Amino acid sequence: MQERVKLSDAQINRDLLRSIFETPKWYLILVGTLGLIVLCGFAAAGFMINQGLGVTGLNRPVMWGFFITNFVFWIGISHAGVMLSAILRLVQAEWRRPATRAAEVLTVFSLMTAMMMPLIHAGRPWRVFYWVFPYDWARGVYPNVRSALVWDPAAVFTYLTSSILFVYIALVPDIAVARDRSTGWRHVLYSVLALGWRGSVRQWKLQIIAGILLSAIILPIFVSVHSIVSWDFGMAMSVEGWHSTVFAPYFVIGAVHSGVSAVVTVMLILRWMFKWEDYIRLEHIEALAKLLIVVATAWFYFFLLEFFFGLYSLEGPEIALREMQVFQEPWKWLFIVFLFTGYIIPVSMWMFRSVRRSIGLMIFTTVLVNIGMWLERFIIIVPGLARKQSFSFTWGGYTPSPVEIVIIGATFAMVSMLVLLFAKVFPLIPIGDAKEGMVLADEITIGKVKVPAVMREE
Amino acid sequence: MANKSVLGIYEDADTAANATDVLLEAGLPQEDFDVLTGCPYPEGAFGEKTSPHHIYVFPIVGALMGLTVALILTVGTQIAYPMVTGGKPILAFPAMTIICYEGMLLGAVIFTILGIIFESRLPRPRLDPYDPRITEGYIGLLVNCPEENLEAMDQALRRGSAVDVIHEKGHAY
Repeated sequence: MQERVKLSDAQINRDLLRSIFETPKWYLILVGTLGLIVLCGFAAAGFMINQGLGVTGLNRPVMWGFFITNFVFWIGISHAGVMLSAILRLVQAEWRRPATRAAEVLTVFSLMTAMMMPLIHAGRPWRVFYWVFPYDWARGVYPNVRSALVWDPAAVFTYLTSSILFVYIALVPDIAVARDRSTGWRHVLYSVLALGWRGSVRQWKLQIIAGILLSAIILPIFVSVHSIVSWDFGMAMSVEGWHSTVFAPYFVIGAVHSGVSAVVTVMLILRWMFKWEDYIRLEHIEALAKLLIVVATAWFYFFLLEFFFGLYSLEGPEIALREMQVFQEPWKWLFIVFLFTGYIIPVSMWMFRSVRRSIGLMIFTTVLVNIGMWLERFIIIVPGLARKQSFSFTWGGYTPSPVEIVIIGATFAMVSMLVLLFAKVFPLIPIGDAKEGMVLADEITIGKVKVPAVMREE
Repeated sequence: MANKSVLGIYEDADTAANATDVLLEAGLPQEDFDVLTGCPYPEGAFGEKTSPHHIYVFPIVGALMGLTVALILTVGTQIAYPMVTGGKPILAFPAMTIICYEGMLLGAVIFTILGIIFESRLPRPRLDPYDPRITEGYIGLLVNCPEENLEAMDQALRRGSAVDVIHEKGHAY
């Protein structure tokens, strides 16, 4: 990459381990505040479990509301990890280096948060085990593998397990760096977690193979997870707007759109917090913004397909639903906000180089995308359910209760808090990758100019 | 006589690469020394010999095992209590495929991780001989030799411009 600053290994260690060995005051205040919000969320969930689902805005016919919207949203965010890490690893993109770990970690924490949503939504979380855990809890009846509600936990559990293992195995060399620079209980902890890593040629070779091999295996999992989430809707009978044949790829590409945007937001905030300007450079953000233009446009294409397929079906209820989404209060306002924040504003702004290289504007636009993508899921889920039955006297609406709003707000605080806590224990930028980038960087002379170059092993 | 290890520490990759020539001249077989670095270097940068690995077998074995477990789970549990739901067959192939697919990939991932750990010769209870400077950019040349050759190897490592030579102490790092 063109804007590389030559850094020594010692300097890289110091910079990237700073978040572990130094604890500024703002960090404690921030984590404490986020922790309080998370506590409020748990209190609200506890209140709901104690009082019953009546304290939420859920009622017939809209039994899926904020919780399921949030579940789909966080599953979507989790797709950032594989999109960035796996695909960029496989194509050996040089600019992947600072982004992979943050993406993978965001995957893990957003998946954990996503998995909590159906548990909370169930009202009696312990019952979920009866529905999904493969054990004959009562009278020899096992969970029904023909139900989409069993496919979903199977896929999410596979993705979560794989992502955790992927993060850990890629972390081992960096944990060894922390081990070599720590004392006391930290040294003991890092020594155990580093598994005795020494950095031999064989170990590094296998580490590189692990990155590529696991990326190749996790990619099909990543595609399956959001496809299966879309089938949660597709398999439900008699809900208009949930049966488009492009639902699975539409969900997958939408997930990538929101996930990569979230990674950019997180990377920029971390860059500012931990002063990682030499590692997360503007050229990285610019490359990600260009990638986002492509991803967003692909997503928008699928959105149009899904919408027009609905209209071209020429079925009265389907067209009535689309009309409701676009022209009726309050849906039309949500629809306009979704369209503008999810695509029109960010993509038009990313066309300009000055925006792609502006920290503030990139944070603004990527946050906008995720506001839009959250609304997209809400607009898919709730209006269809509100008009689920054909008789108008069975129609209903949905207004989220304060309990739901607090729980949803707490999930955002929880993911942010977990990422910050992770940064306190493990390096969030891969140290070995950053050093390898330095080893492979060089300058070549062409005619009268010196050009920065990066070598790559084939 | 038992083999012992001795570690030479070099300031940069070029010096370490030259030092490996000195070791070969001193009669050390290529497979008896290893290079320790703080980041991956291009293969063969130090003239080292890379031993073969079987990592690609692990995901295949894992995938087969995962698929088998998932098949047993989907077939076994449905046959154990054959209850028709939604008019679907008891063993519904599309539904089973989803669970089997996830099981297969989960097996592949778990076995790949186990394979990476096993093939990397980890976990390793003792680091000795080791030096934290390796993760700071220094290069370590780790020599494995019979105890009576230790002194000669120490000298060879120093002739290769080692900034330090560390002998195995026999205690955990």
